[in-house]
Amino acid sequence: MHRFANPMRFVRLAAAIQPWTAGVTLILLALGLYFGLFDSPADYQQGESVRIMYVHVPSAWLAMAAYSTMAFASGVGLVWKHPLADLIAKAASPIGAAFTFVCLVTGSLWGKPMWGTWWAWDARLTSMLILFFLYLGHMALLNAFDDPTRGTKAAGILALAGFVNIPIIKFSVDWWNTLHQPASVSKVGMPTIDPSMLLPLMLMGVAFTTFFVTVLLIRVRSEILAAKVRAIRLNQIHSAPGAISGELVGESPR
Amino acid sequence: MTRKQRRLYFVLLGMLALGAATALVLTAINDTLVYFYTPADIQAKHVGPNRRFRLGGLVEKGSVVKKGETVDFKVTDLTASLAVTYTGVLPDLFREGQGVVAEGKLDGQGMFHASEVLAKHDEKYMPKEVSDALKKSGQWREENASK
Amino acid sequence: MTSLATYFSMGGYGGFVWPAYALTAVVMVGLVVVTWRGLKAREAELKALQELMPGRRGRTHEAQDQ
Repeated sequence: MHRFANPMRFVRLAAAIQPWTAGVTLILLALGLYFGLFDSPADYQQGESVRIMYVHVPSAWLAMAAYSTMAFASGVGLVWKHPLADLIAKAASPIGAAFTFVCLVTGSLWGKPMWGTWWAWDARLTSMLILFFLYLGHMALLNAFDDPTRGTKAAGILALAGFVNIPIIKFSVDWWNTLHQPASVSKVGMPTIDPSMLLPLMLMGVAFTTFFVTVLLIRVRSEILAAKVRAIRLNQIHSAPGAISGELVGESPR
Repeated sequence: MTRKQRRLYFVLLGMLALGAATALVLTAINDTLVYFYTPADIQAKHVGPNRRFRLGGLVEKGSVVKKGETVDFKVTDLTASLAVTYTGVLPDLFREGQGVVAEGKLDGQGMFHASEVLAKHDEKYMPKEVSDALKKSGQWREENASK
Repeated sequence: MTSLATYFSMGGYGGFVWPAYALTAVVMVGLVVVTWRGLKAREAELKALQELMPGRRGRTHEAQDQ
């Protein structure tokens, strides 16, 4: 962990890893789309609408994984005050919100033909909607204060508190009667999904994960650079007057 | 202990307390969180007429009767069953043996008048060839009754 | 030609399947574009600031030059 305490080192490391994660993402997405949209069968009861699963389920997985990342990073930031941790939490938030949105909308598109409704206030769907609001709240808190450290702390507390929603989402279909069906993949024993369908699902699942990592790395790099820019500007304002502050005010450099 | 340790314990304790509080709240409002009641639940609760609720279970085999725009069927959870009548469009997946969730109310004669009927499917995904083969070999396990 | 049309209709569910994939694609591409642009903007900002203050780290040299 301490190796990454030097932010610029992280930036260089991230920049080096990034092309690889991006490349893997593209390959896996291509394979996932090929199998998901072409080389896999229709479902015996859901027909071709089952193909929505290959974008809906990975989005759900990532929505929860991104939140867990955000909550864990927030915890590390609050307890150990590691500079990178807060930046990771900040960077993960919008990506997670985007995946949650995709999950909700693709879920609606799947629910209408199969269940007969665009939405239902059952425990699974409601807790996923709450997750979306948690993300929005997190992003809002980050920007709500003049002092960014206060925003980071408030957002971090929200992220940690909201983590209780993650097991609720996961077990909602087991704990209560829901319209949404129970899990097919994480069942103890055999998954209740045919291998020909499990393949595109897993490909897309890993693809979305590497996608998340790639975008996260870019965002964290941005945040580090933005922090560096802020630091330089603050330094300029506070440093000795004369040539330096003169340039800052807009006089032509000598 | 160091300030770092104190912060860590504070966070962990806070999460634990929040988890416990949430569990208690969820248990207390459990009834509002269920999306539907099964026929057995309805009987046990002695739900009166004109109380709106959702009924969930399986469409009982052999119980579907179409009378023009209206369809009558029975919802069963394999221990109890309830008669339902519905006028309107049924979802694609609606058929005998399929999971179903109907919203409506009971009349005085124990008949459930549904205003909306949704289909509920299980978590099994397979191609038609596999389901056909399973049915032929007698290994096809019917969808379990909704909880 | 008919088989292409048949494929696109997705057994009658085409109106649900294709928008689902389209939305996913738009959101994912959108994320990449916005994030990448953000990075380039920050890099440009940093570069501009560092050019303005080329000897920020070695300010003593600058002072000597002035």
